[in-house]
Amino acid sequence: MSARRVVVTGLGATTPLGGDVGTTWSALLAGTSGVRLLTEDWAQTIPVHFAARVAVEPSEQMERVEIRRLDRSEQFAVIASREAWKDAGSPEMDKERLGVVIASGIGGVTTLLDQYDILREKGARLVSPHTVPMLMPNGPAANVGLELQAKAGVHTPVSACASGAEAIGYALEMIRNNRADVVVSGGVEAAIHPMPMSGFAAMKALSTRNDDPARASRPYDLNRDGFVLGEGGGVLVLEEYEHARARGARIYCEIIGQGLSSDGYHIAAPDPDGAGVQRALKFALRDAGITTKDIVHLNAHATSTPAGDIAEANALRAALGADADHVAVSATKSMTGHLLGGAGAIESVFIVKALQERLAPPTINIDDLDPAVTVDVVRDKPRTLPTGDIAALNDSFGFGGHNVVLVFKSI
Amino acid sequence: MALAQADVLAGLKEIVEEVAGIPAASIEMGKNFTEDLEVDSLSMVEVVVAAEERFGVKIPDEAVTDLVTVGDAVNFIVNAAK
Repeated sequence: MSARRVVVTGLGATTPLGGDVGTTWSALLAGTSGVRLLTEDWAQTIPVHFAARVAVEPSEQMERVEIRRLDRSEQFAVIASREAWKDAGSPEMDKERLGVVIASGIGGVTTLLDQYDILREKGARLVSPHTVPMLMPNGPAANVGLELQAKAGVHTPVSACASGAEAIGYALEMIRNNRADVVVSGGVEAAIHPMPMSGFAAMKALSTRNDDPARASRPYDLNRDGFVLGEGGGVLVLEEYEHARARGARIYCEIIGQGLSSDGYHIAAPDPDGAGVQRALKFALRDAGITTKDIVHLNAHATSTPAGDIAEANALRAALGADADHVAVSATKSMTGHLLGGAGAIESVFIVKALQERLAPPTINIDDLDPAVTVDVVRDKPRTLPTGDIAALNDSFGFGGHNVVLVFKSI
Repeated sequence: MALAQADVLAGLKEIVEEVAGIPAASIEMGKNFTEDLEVDSLSMVEVVVAAEERFGVKIPDEAVTDLVTVGDAVNFIVNAAK
């Protein structure tokens, strides 16, 4: 296989911290929490009364008729993709060489549930004809593909909270394998609804810190008690290096590898030994052709669950060895909440910004660092990253035992 | 109950504006739903259901394929309400 290098030329996001990449990144560096009490009546009827809703409602960013025909997850995908495409300079290109890979963990779950309510209350005749295109998990990718007229392929990997990272890895392979020159990739989630929240709460996966929502997402803190559900999405425009150079595109950084593995351990619980995570990391470094010495930053999965954070930290320490001492680990879910299928995507956006600005974002809400955490966590304030050639990792894991590690490198 | 053509047109304009985002002022009897008003087959289902609710008439599926223009729909509804 010819060595086709892949670079990042565009970024887009809509998150609990901002309606675009710029405002989100500024709020992230400032250590802002995007978690708030939910104002809907139903919130008080379930065990968890808060979440991290997007900072800017889609209705402020798109036409009313688009809102009507798109599930909220699709709205996030379209909004973030428009920003990313514009950021990439809206490349004039052969659309048969343009792909889209946008993931979601749960798809159009609010559409499904809202339309089920209509079916029960008003009957089948009033169920929207847009229901199926809105609830299908490939809807976000399909709508972006339609808007951009992408014809190299539109795909949606689904692996729960690893979905967004897996999508970016899939996009990387599409370009490496010469199926496409440009791929719009990322992940979205819009699952703030009493049904999925009750499901997560029943698993005891969510924080119940109802009296202090902004402090509820606290990865690595001794008193963490679960994750905080977030919504939104992130999109990266990946592009073949020579294609980007030929059109004079601004290049943020290079994406140089990915590693995938599965645990074979439990449907939801992390393997306490983190063997699967270690293998994914090892595969990623081998694929990237670098060693642990080259890594200076890692945006951790770290969702703020008691078991998950430690299992991940142990796995990272085991895989990185002594080199973990020079890896600045950021747990940005402390500010954004957990975007499930969008998580790996917005965290990849953060890595690209971190490499560009040589700044690792902080982790907030650590009052008492859990002594079992054996990695170097960036706390409270951003940390400057070294000059010269540097590499950074994003790791993402999903219910089902999916592990994904992506490797980015400065350029 | 008889319906005046002008009233049906006015109501239909509101429905199409809501469903397809086309300004009511630009909706006329001669406009083609698909070609002029961006009402695709899925959105047409929405228009039909909303029109049935609003005007108290039944628009059978087999009749919908013949409703090519706004005028076709207005005339169908006026006749169905007689």
